[in-house]
Amino acid sequence: MGKWSRFNISSVVLGFAFLYLPIVILIVFSFNESKLVTVWGGFSTKWYVSMFSNRGLMDAAWVTARVGVISATFATILGTMAALALTRYTRFRGRVLFSGMVFAPLVMPEVITGLSLLLLFVAMGLDRGFLTVTLAHITFTMCFVAVVVQSRLITFDRSLEEAAMDLGATPVRTFFAITLPVIAPAIISGWMLAFTLSLDDLVIASFTSGPGATTLPMKIYSQVRLGVTPEINAVCTLLIAVVAVGILIASIANKRREAQRIVDEQAALRN
Amino acid sequence: MQRLAAAVASRLVIAVPYVWLLVFFLIPFVIVFKISLSQTAIAMPPYVPTLGFSDGISGLFDGLKELSADNYIWLTEDSLYFNAYLSSVIIAGISTILTLMVGYPIAYGMARAPTTLRPILLMLVILPFWTSFLIRVYAWIGILKPEGLLNQLLLSLHLIDQPLIIMNTHTAIFIGIVYSYLPFMVLPLYSALEKMDYSLIEAAQDLGCRPSSAFWKITFPLSLPGVIAGCLLVFIPAVGEFVIPDLLGGSQTLMIGKTLWNEFFANRDWPVSSAVAVILLLLLVVPIMIFQQAQARAQEQGR
Repeated sequence: MGKWSRFNISSVVLGFAFLYLPIVILIVFSFNESKLVTVWGGFSTKWYVSMFSNRGLMDAAWVTARVGVISATFATILGTMAALALTRYTRFRGRVLFSGMVFAPLVMPEVITGLSLLLLFVAMGLDRGFLTVTLAHITFTMCFVAVVVQSRLITFDRSLEEAAMDLGATPVRTFFAITLPVIAPAIISGWMLAFTLSLDDLVIASFTSGPGATTLPMKIYSQVRLGVTPEINAVCTLLIAVVAVGILIASIANKRREAQRIVDEQAALRN
Repeated sequence: MQRLAAAVASRLVIAVPYVWLLVFFLIPFVIVFKISLSQTAIAMPPYVPTLGFSDGISGLFDGLKELSADNYIWLTEDSLYFNAYLSSVIIAGISTILTLMVGYPIAYGMARAPTTLRPILLMLVILPFWTSFLIRVYAWIGILKPEGLLNQLLLSLHLIDQPLIIMNTHTAIFIGIVYSYLPFMVLPLYSALEKMDYSLIEAAQDLGCRPSSAFWKITFPLSLPGVIAGCLLVFIPAVGEFVIPDLLGGSQTLMIGKTLWNEFFANRDWPVSSAVAVILLLLLVVPIMIFQQAQARAQEQGR
């Protein structure tokens, strides 16, 4: 491998500065004493206090959290099934249509997805609200889960499953004893991706949600339209913190599992 | 018995997500198409005919006769829509090229980084993707405003003596799209560049090839699958983008995602917004098909 040239180092450093600087600025100004978002008036946590006493904001956060957990869970189950169907069954009727329906939502403009789901719910006679947002979020996030799990399944060593079946395990048992534990990290990161996508979504939620089910992004958006205040920075900072803690926990858990695996392997080799 | 259980399980694994996507992804498009042929009405839902079986089969047929292409004719008559489609494609196209130009050096630098450093760099590219899209766009408002941080910085350095007007212009939209979609560009580029055999470049240079022509003759063509995947991942969603033009672009920017939103939420004209969506979808069908082909091919190769 050649040396890492100065040009390459500076393009990576500049690139990351571009990616992270706006987020850092946003977080810094959430602690601003002044009401202006761009002028520093001293350190203060008053915007966090006012955020927690904002009833509408807190209600929206609670709705968002519930929609996120429920939709991510269903999306993970459906997405994992879709990934299994795509990697394990190369031949079934309508496979081309199926893989098209899995990949297309990844790039589909959100306004189209949102509008079409809303019209479906109206046609089905469902009232817009908590249920419809959740159904919409399951649908568009399951495809992201499918892609994440699929990429793990492709590199999966099938001989492990064959060995289990040779030793007399049923296919269903083999799945739960061998396949599922191996692809578990991908399933977990799929769940987290689905959860953050749901947490993040404004456009699809605006179309499919109704009175009483305002999500946090919808609330943030309507406040941003009225004017930029440090209170929104505080909400955003807290959201970023929630996601960052989630990622941290997941990566520590992953490391630990990896370390345990190495210990187990060495123990097995000694025996 | 066990074999039966396995057969049932494998059927279910295919059928459940299949049926779900048919109901919640494919059928909605049929409904959008149907409503795009209806007329606006002051009712709930705000269009006629509603087409149901409530009036029996004959009622359904009467309803079918009332469908018309009026909304599409209306879209061609009003130049607003044509201009919105055109400027969406142009803005998305320019933004995609800019994202490629910003993302390529980053991906290249990452691919040439020491092997121990690469997983961390990869993590750092993915991380912003986990923070909210809305938040990342919002963060730019404070930076780009006339009295914002960028102008404060440039004024205090005496590089400019008048604040730059970036907010509510196309430049702000370009910055917003490049920023928000950069990880989508860098990741496929990186995975293409990382697989590349750099001894090819050394060989070319040993044979007297200049670095720049070695790049265009060897590196760039070999990274082409990554370039195509990255550009499609940026271009397709950017054409229908709503949040970025709405928050950074101001009122006079014309993008089709915003037009559709206004048609739906402000004018409550469901049939016209459906027609707008159908044409947008037709516009994007070819890029989406190319994207799917590329995905399927990558999947076959990974096997």
